Amino acid sequence: MKRKTLRLYLLVISLALLGIATALVLNAFNRELVFFFSPSDIAAERPAAGRMIRLGGLVEVDSLSKLEDGATVSFRVTDLSSSLDVAFRGVLPDLFREGQGVVVQGAFNESGRFVATEVLAKHDENYLPPEVAKALKASGRWQEGAATMGTDGSEP
Amino acid sequence: MHRFANPGRFQRLAARLLPWLKGLTALAFLAGLYLALLASPPDYQQGETVRIMYVHVPAAWMALFAYLLLGLASASALVWRHPLADVAAAALSPVGAAFTFIALVTGALWGKPMWGTYWVWDARLTSFLLLFFLYLGHMALLGAFDDRSRGQRSAAVLALVGLINLPIIKFSVDWWNTLHQPASVARFDGPSIDPSMLWPLFTMAAAFHLYLLAAVMERMRTQLLAARLRTQRQARFETWQGEPGA
Amino acid sequence: MNSVETFLAMGGYGAYIWPAYGVALVVLAAIWIDGVWRRREIERQLRALEGQSRSARGRGGIES
Repeated sequence: MKRKTLRLYLLVISLALLGIATALVLNAFNRELVFFFSPSDIAAERPAAGRMIRLGGLVEVDSLSKLEDGATVSFRVTDLSSSLDVAFRGVLPDLFREGQGVVVQGAFNESGRFVATEVLAKHDENYLPPEVAKALKASGRWQEGAATMGTDGSEP
Repeated sequence: MHRFANPGRFQRLAARLLPWLKGLTALAFLAGLYLALLASPPDYQQGETVRIMYVHVPAAWMALFAYLLLGLASASALVWRHPLADVAAAALSPVGAAFTFIALVTGALWGKPMWGTYWVWDARLTSFLLLFFLYLGHMALLGAFDDRSRGQRSAAVLALVGLINLPIIKFSVDWWNTLHQPASVARFDGPSIDPSMLWPLFTMAAAFHLYLLAAVMERMRTQLLAARLRTQRQARFETWQGEPGA
Repeated sequence: MNSVETFLAMGGYGAYIWPAYGVALVVLAAIWIDGVWRRREIERQLRALEGQSRSARGRGGIES
């Protein structure tokens, strides 16, 4: 066999082995690489009070309200099958709105309430001028929140 | 194929193509900036910040494309000892690193107002940061050995190992839940970007492609000139050694 | 507010949009200029070396 051909086979085989090894490692780490949990995940396995977690989902429509103190906001995060109340004191990002995706970091307090320390807005992959979005909504071809979810990560 | 493998032929081709490439790149950037900043609408959700997309997304595409080329060049350097492959690899990594840096910084500047944070350690952002370190590692390894060919070989191996990061970056947004949203342009059901925003994006992407081509060609020329300088120095050193009384 | 100011304000996001374009421009320009400088430096050294060997050849010294 020519040396060039031998080198080519060696390269292809080692790259294939490397690919397989990486795929196995990534598969093993799959649960660890989860950036956030969905409300259903938390309903199934509630973390201990005080443990920091990230919760991702959509802000439930008509759930946003200000508490009596005037600085704390409260809203519900839903994945359309389960939902969770969140309290947050601070500045909400500009993209934060009801019906949009959100990732909140926080923990359950002693009284069982989820208190967020950070709220991040997740945006969808749709880019439209405002007039087009309005026209789509008017014609009823708009699917609210259809693309904003992606909370399941498509693999179990 | 080996017609273009000849370094002398490449030098002549590059010298003739580069002025045209430079002009085209400048024109494409002018058109792209006009479309991106003046002749495109704001987004229904993100308002004017959508304009950051027109630099962020092409820079990220080019960062990935340049790495793919780096991987190909490294493979042909290791397997076929192609005379231009090492030259191309050395020219690609600084340009690729620059694109990666731009994508990371513009992403942070976009993330702050929209997401509420400059940075998160989600799978997409972390794997993209790794791409930046791979480029830096490649540049460092090239210069790390006294024996140039050893440096080139170890840098090529690093580039090939790092290829595995490309599919991870691409599919990270589908495999794991990330803060970063899934793909908008490369989708099976067609892009989810309105044409009025897709055209500025494609024009900018064309400008970035032309820039990559021109900058890499320029650097390959320099690499070949430097190789000529080294052989001439070597030749002079040997004749000096051979001279009587030296 | 005139139209230039509106344009620069970018709907209140100017503080993010302009630095993003600025960084891209500065980095691309820097990488380009660095490449050109490197080439000129090598070309200068090559010319110096080739000039030397030419004068040396004139004395009947080096054949290259």
